[in-house]
Amino acid sequence: MSTMAEPKPRPEPKPGKGGRARSAGAQQERRLGWLLCAPAVLVMIAVTAYPIGYAVYLSLQRYDLRFPARAEFVGLDNYGAVLSSPFWWDAFWVTLFVTAVSVAIELVLGMGLALVMHRTLFLRGTVRTAVLIPYGIVTVVAAFSWQYAWTPELGYLAELLPSGEAPLTEQWPALWLIVLAEVWKTTPFMALLLLAGLALVPEETLKAAMVDGASPWQRFTRVMLPLMKPAILVALLFRTLDAFRIFDNIYVLTAGAQGTGSLSILGYDNLFTALNLGIGSAISVLIFLCVGIIAFTFVKLFGAAAPGAEVKR
Amino acid sequence: MAEIVLEGVTKRYPDGSVAVRDVDLDIADGEFVILVGPSGCGKSTTLNMIAGLEDITEGTLRIDGRVVNDLAPKERDVAMVFQSYALYPHMSVRENMGFPLRLAKVDKATIDRKVEEAARVLDLGEFLDRKPANLSGGQRQRVAMGRAIVRDPKAFLMDEPLSNLDAKLRVQMRTQISRLQRRLGTTTVYVTHDQTEAMTLGDRVVVMRQGLVQQIGTPAELYDMPRNLFVAGFIGSPAMNFLNASLAEGVLRTPLGALPLDDRVRRALEERSAPREVIVGLRPEAFEDASLARETGGPVVTATVDVLESLGSDAYVYFTAEGGPVTTAELEELATDSGARDTGAGAGQQIVARLDAATRAREGAPVDLRIDLAKAHVFDPSTGANLTHPESSA
Amino acid sequence: MAAVGKTHATRWAVVNIVVVLYALFPVWWIAALSFKDPATLTDGNYIPRDWTWDNYRGIFETSEFTRALINSIGIALIATVIAVILGTMAAYAVARLRFPGKRLLIGMSLLIAMFPPISLVSPLFNIERIIGIFDTWPGLIIPYMTFSLPLAIYTLSAFFREIPWDLEKAAKVDGATPAQAFRLVIVPLAAPGVFTTAILVFIFCWNDFLFAISLTSTESARTVPAAIAFFTGSSQFQQPTGSIAAAAVVITVPIIIFVLLFQRRIVAGLTSGAVKG
Repeated sequence: MSTMAEPKPRPEPKPGKGGRARSAGAQQERRLGWLLCAPAVLVMIAVTAYPIGYAVYLSLQRYDLRFPARAEFVGLDNYGAVLSSPFWWDAFWVTLFVTAVSVAIELVLGMGLALVMHRTLFLRGTVRTAVLIPYGIVTVVAAFSWQYAWTPELGYLAELLPSGEAPLTEQWPALWLIVLAEVWKTTPFMALLLLAGLALVPEETLKAAMVDGASPWQRFTRVMLPLMKPAILVALLFRTLDAFRIFDNIYVLTAGAQGTGSLSILGYDNLFTALNLGIGSAISVLIFLCVGIIAFTFVKLFGAAAPGAEVKR
Repeated sequence: MAEIVLEGVTKRYPDGSVAVRDVDLDIADGEFVILVGPSGCGKSTTLNMIAGLEDITEGTLRIDGRVVNDLAPKERDVAMVFQSYALYPHMSVRENMGFPLRLAKVDKATIDRKVEEAARVLDLGEFLDRKPANLSGGQRQRVAMGRAIVRDPKAFLMDEPLSNLDAKLRVQMRTQISRLQRRLGTTTVYVTHDQTEAMTLGDRVVVMRQGLVQQIGTPAELYDMPRNLFVAGFIGSPAMNFLNASLAEGVLRTPLGALPLDDRVRRALEERSAPREVIVGLRPEAFEDASLARETGGPVVTATVDVLESLGSDAYVYFTAEGGPVTTAELEELATDSGARDTGAGAGQQIVARLDAATRAREGAPVDLRIDLAKAHVFDPSTGANLTHPESSA
Repeated sequence: MAAVGKTHATRWAVVNIVVVLYALFPVWWIAALSFKDPATLTDGNYIPRDWTWDNYRGIFETSEFTRALINSIGIALIATVIAVILGTMAAYAVARLRFPGKRLLIGMSLLIAMFPPISLVSPLFNIERIIGIFDTWPGLIIPYMTFSLPLAIYTLSAFFREIPWDLEKAAKVDGATPAQAFRLVIVPLAAPGVFTTAILVFIFCWNDFLFAISLTSTESARTVPAAIAFFTGSSQFQQPTGSIAAAAVVITVPIIIFVLLFQRRIVAGLTSGAVKG
């Protein structure tokens, strides 16, 4: 299990007279460890740390791709422009809405799905296979499927609505449909994470609670949920961060029209439609900061443990 | 087959902690030696050093006359049985048992023959083509044994090989290992934390504590003549009873009453100028129901029975002696190791006596007990040394 | 009792069928669309009235799709191989060795796992243009393998931690050299974990859309998800619905095959990294 407990740092080997052989071994082990990690670390630094630094640098420039020669240092002007723009705030609230609503629905549905997968004996393999499909399917494909389902005169779902309604062309219905597409695609992943958490609840503890007179609901809320808390928090953290960068579904379903664009869509549009590298980079950096704040809040406020934070040996 | 000699073998970790300190041990060819002690006493580390899985910091290790300190495990020609059995899950039983031979480039026909033979000895014939996952605990244990015996190594090293089995199976496998070892006559070093296993299996037993050898001897020697408080408390079940006592004018004043010293004990104590405050150790069989005693004489004490356990052949009587419990570092460690500290025994010193099954003792009623002082041990509380041990005078 | 058991079983069956329908319906819908001819495309039927392969024939005749398919396969495979190799090395070190800086590595890969890709799109776009790998295979392979490295490291180190390393000792005592112990004992035990990780990483790369549309500009490196988004009808008045549906089905098939064949492993891989940590 992941916990916040950090393994105590072992005292560094002090090379003593008799301990030389072992120290050499430890040193060798250390060198091998670094050697094995080096390629992965170098790649990760080169492709993420360096670019994000470069993005900060770009965000301080006036840099329009149509007029690259006119690039100049403008300090925080780009940030000022972004943060005072209604486009940023609209996209920010849309992103927050979609994130909060879809993660909340996923948690409830995912828990139900996890319980079904955990308890059922009938068709167990089929159910597990089936729920992996939304997880594995290409998001764009699923998004097109939803888009066609809701397109008037084409889709089965649009037919259920009064004729003349085109939900994807109105802000609120479209937002809900985005949430729906997001929920469909990622609930299985949430359910699988929760299922793994469920497996950690000892059957005997539940039996004990039953003998102690707890109702099914009490067993769920008083025994299962507290024991699953670490798994739930990890799942929530994962999904919240993932939902916050939502792009594919919105791009296909509405392309961000009618006030349905997320922050990622905004950044993309500024870069590739407006071709403004300076503003686009400022948006990139701001999104990065938002994600950092969310992660920090989760870890500090709820004590969610980073997966892999504890390494036992 | 070979003798194994450890001279001043020490294991020190880089952080300065010492796992094994200056162990001297001569294991004769064909001998069955047990390393026993509570967890963390260094017994497994010692075994791993013999196997070559851990470096020896100081000292020399000889197998069959040859210094093997710097040899890799593969060059030492020893076989090991692990507590987890360490069976290769992706290989069948046959492949598992044949693996050491395959590595030694033995031809296929010979491997087959040897594996079949070992399987017959261990009654594994019908499981040869199964994977370890499809075997029971006892069968896996036998496969691990089989993998060790097929190669006919110089020595068997066994690291708590029975501790993952349930109690009944453990007893059966214990006899089987014993029989197998006698038949093959291969030098065997066996690590366990279970003193019963140590007493029943070994030709000789090495008791270790905190990296130090406490005593080496046959099971009977350890039982009758423990060198110190630790060995006395560790060997024997139920464990030896300990009482605080003060020594004055040839009489031991104990919570059970005054016990006059017999000549043997008196002489031993005088020779070693024993301190005034001592610890008296009495094995449960040092007590006898006075009404059934064949001999008379010797001190008789009266105790009120708390609990009576009748085993048919014997009866165990538990009673409480007044005064605080005996506490020394050694006994604390033993209590922690055996979990006795967690049982929540009340104040006072609990004493257990092993009486003849014919005893009339009843729970809640007093009983007269005769104490055989010839079987008493007297320990120095500060050093833990057994003052009545015949050789400890030196 | 029997009656109770029966209603119980029925209830589970209903619940399970609902779950399966929930998971499969959108997939079925787009598959149905892909087999409809333009005339019946808008009939809203769940099952095509006239089955046709025209849409598939259509997309396989255009280089727009075939080229994208080749790009998708090639880029995802290469990124997977590299990520799994680098990930295996790092995960072995994380699971088995003691060395300072391990926590830093874990923290860093966690950071990257949470990284919003859009934040990297603008700088990478510019960097790739400057060094000339924009709109090439390496231009996508590099971000893919980077973003899948944390996934690979977590999943693999979780698998590696499950390997009973006593076996390595046992092999040594059984007379194996370190190389033999690795080849004959450790590799066979680690292989399933590595394989599972490879599937997860492949799905991850296969799925990406944002990098694919941002870091490509022509057919030369555009992958299928990006290409689909740029599909146009053969005439101005025709919607590319049929073609999109057919292309969508084509890239869904490998995923379905993986899921059907390796369901158990994928579940184990997805959950081990996240929960056992």
